[in-house]
Amino acid sequence: MLRKFIKKFRPHGFAGGILPPQKKRTATSAIRCLPLSALYIVPIKQHIGMSCQPIVSVGDYVLRGQKIAKAPALITASIHAPTSGKVIKIEEHAVPHPSGLGMLCIFIETDGDDTADESLSPLSNYHELDPAIIRERVRVCGLAGLGGALFPSHVKLLPNRQHPIDTLILNGVECESWLTCDHRLMLEKAEAIIIGADIIMYAIKAKKCIIAVEDNKVDAIAHLQQVLQTQQKIITNKIAVQSLPTRYPQGSEKQLITALTGKQSPRGGLPSHVGIVLHNVGTAKAVHDAVLLGQPLIERVTTISGMQTPKPGNSLVRIGTPLKFIFKHHGLDDLTGLRIIHGGPMMGEILPILDVPLIKGSNGLLAMSDADIAALGQSEQACIRCGLCSQACPIKLVPNELAHHCRHDHLEEAQEFNLFDCIECGCCAYVCPSHIPLVQWFRYGKGQAASVRKEREFSDASRQRTHARDQRLAIEVEQKAAKRRAVRSKAAQKKDEEA
Amino acid sequence: MHISPPHIHGGDSIGAHMSAVMLALLPATLMSVWLFGWLAVFLLTTCIISCMLTEVLCLRWMGKPRLAVWDGSAALTGLFLALILPATAPWWAAIIASIFAIALGKQAFGGLGYNPFNPALSARIVLLISFPLYMTAWLIPWSGIANVYLDIHSFSACMQIFLYGIPSINYDALTMATPLGHVQTSWTQGIGFSAAMQNYPYSTMQAFLGFESGSLGETSALALLIGGGYLLWRGIISWHIPISCLLSVIVLATIFHYGVDSEHFAPPLFHLFAGGLVLCAFFMATDPVTSPVTPMGKIVFGIGCGILIWVIRTWGTYPEGAMFAVVLMNCATPLLDRYLRPKVYGT
Repeated sequence: MLRKFIKKFRPHGFAGGILPPQKKRTATSAIRCLPLSALYIVPIKQHIGMSCQPIVSVGDYVLRGQKIAKAPALITASIHAPTSGKVIKIEEHAVPHPSGLGMLCIFIETDGDDTADESLSPLSNYHELDPAIIRERVRVCGLAGLGGALFPSHVKLLPNRQHPIDTLILNGVECESWLTCDHRLMLEKAEAIIIGADIIMYAIKAKKCIIAVEDNKVDAIAHLQQVLQTQQKIITNKIAVQSLPTRYPQGSEKQLITALTGKQSPRGGLPSHVGIVLHNVGTAKAVHDAVLLGQPLIERVTTISGMQTPKPGNSLVRIGTPLKFIFKHHGLDDLTGLRIIHGGPMMGEILPILDVPLIKGSNGLLAMSDADIAALGQSEQACIRCGLCSQACPIKLVPNELAHHCRHDHLEEAQEFNLFDCIECGCCAYVCPSHIPLVQWFRYGKGQAASVRKEREFSDASRQRTHARDQRLAIEVEQKAAKRRAVRSKAAQKKDEEA
Repeated sequence: MHISPPHIHGGDSIGAHMSAVMLALLPATLMSVWLFGWLAVFLLTTCIISCMLTEVLCLRWMGKPRLAVWDGSAALTGLFLALILPATAPWWAAIIASIFAIALGKQAFGGLGYNPFNPALSARIVLLISFPLYMTAWLIPWSGIANVYLDIHSFSACMQIFLYGIPSINYDALTMATPLGHVQTSWTQGIGFSAAMQNYPYSTMQAFLGFESGSLGETSALALLIGGGYLLWRGIISWHIPISCLLSVIVLATIFHYGVDSEHFAPPLFHLFAGGLVLCAFFMATDPVTSPVTPMGKIVFGIGCGILIWVIRTWGTYPEGAMFAVVLMNCATPLLDRYLRPKVYGT
């Protein structure tokens, strides 16, 4: 009761979190367009869900924005050609994933003309259209969450009669260090973002929209508010900009909802269960491009930075551009001995193979040396139970107990301690004085628990099948016996009659 | 080799935590040298060095890297141990306590992070129960509260006590009961609190500053509060355990002294500045390895410590209630951690 009383008077925030050094060196670097690469390698799965299926063959000529892989299911985002050229091969190639595993990729050799596919027409009167048409356009253009999660955007525009949507939140927080792509987007493409927000609001029938920005982006907040003033006549005036205190992971979905509305999305549930939908500001701009310009998702803004990049900046890169080409245009010709982080330093992954293309979710590429990577310099020591990890955890878990259970394969206890509620933000490992790789233990535990569950489901199903078969056989045996009895009694009856 | 995110670190380390606690204990250590002179120096040196040597031997025996002794935890245990010993403790008591604290109190359980009980406190309890005479002789500190003092500035006089123990000198004039001990003895003789304090050199201000008899580090509440405040400011400890422990004692003492019987229950400020309460509340009970991790667990732990301290002091025979109370609550730490977890997001 006391807790509820205090909550009423305290401003919304979220539990835990850390404040790492911001390192926003590229915050003042305007977005540059990279020149066309000679070759584009486009993976067929750049989203959460099933892989797409290629609909072009080797030797085909494709235009920029032409669909080259179709979406076979609902939770998929189709793939489009980043530029015009010829498909020279479709085969397995490495993709930016920490495992180093590859997938099927479509290789396009550029012809240099960059001819566009004009098949999609602009829908400038979207306010008069059925929201289903807007959803279909977003689906056809292959939009996925550009904040890094890559969830197919059209699925988030689907109506949900059980949970009507009240608020759209645009995530311009960008809480990871080093990354400034969303910052520059908000400064340079504010109109597109705001119109995109309006389109999304119309499609999901939201009543209001909040654009959340961290307070280390003062210029972006001011610019967005200024643009909102001028746009009041054109768009509905239910969009507001909200400045939030700079803290990691402010941009995480759950923490952002709590910070803005004080509500918590339910465990195992979605933000729509509390009437909220979140989109990244980059995704909002992509929605604007898809609906008002007829442009599919073929490029994105990426921050290329890190301690070892001579000319860091934010570049508008086409999907499928090889990483080495991107780094060459930022002054880094030789990548040997460097560690490239794909994403931000808290949740991004070090790429084991550098001959990989850029994908839809590549919001940052950081070039670091071994000395810049914290984990390579320190050895793990015993946990002293200081509790700093629990204080830093935004989900209010007890990471030291969880890591202990995962390490010793106590998967039941680990799940009791809410292992699967962990969002793997890394705050616990950041503060740990013993340098324990906590996130690594949680991933191990989650993987083990998932594989144990799969095995158990398989053996349960086998047991059910065996049980059903035994029952069926028993019934058959019983039926045969009953038949035999019937035949014998009939024969006996006949004998009696004759006698 | 896969390197898992996060790829940046806040820069904290175990050594930083240990150094911070040692720095926080500096005021109390300096005060102990002021009050007890060479005796304090001998005990501090012996305890710290014995603890570190024991740790090196144990690590070698367990096949672990010996460099781990420099993480500061053994030295910190040695410092704690010295600060809770009486000034007249002989050399063999210091060494036995150090060996017990490190070898049996910490390394036998698996080393740093695995011990269930506070090593320094458990070693002190072993000493108290095994050698009560040596552990209950409280030297009058260099404080202006008596007429005759041991010359704590004399190396030879202090060395004699350090080598041969307090029975080797005529100690009746040089020792006095601690305020708590005096009050408890008076209660057993049927004398009430105010009568007992009449012929005993005590004032609340003197007790606050540290001019009373007791172990090396526990006398000065001021020095310990400065250290405790520093730890809170650095974020090495959180407010939950010290505040709940101190508040429980104050609340209980207030209720019983003013509400029930002011002669047979000591007043709250007396409890606060007497004995090892402030030392245990800020430094012993907050030992991270043996106290709960969760906030609610810490509060219950602190309240439990406070209640037990007050109960042992009021009705028990041992004046050193604080160390027993903390070790008893250490038993409850796993239980508190398991059942008093914070409410997870979304539940």
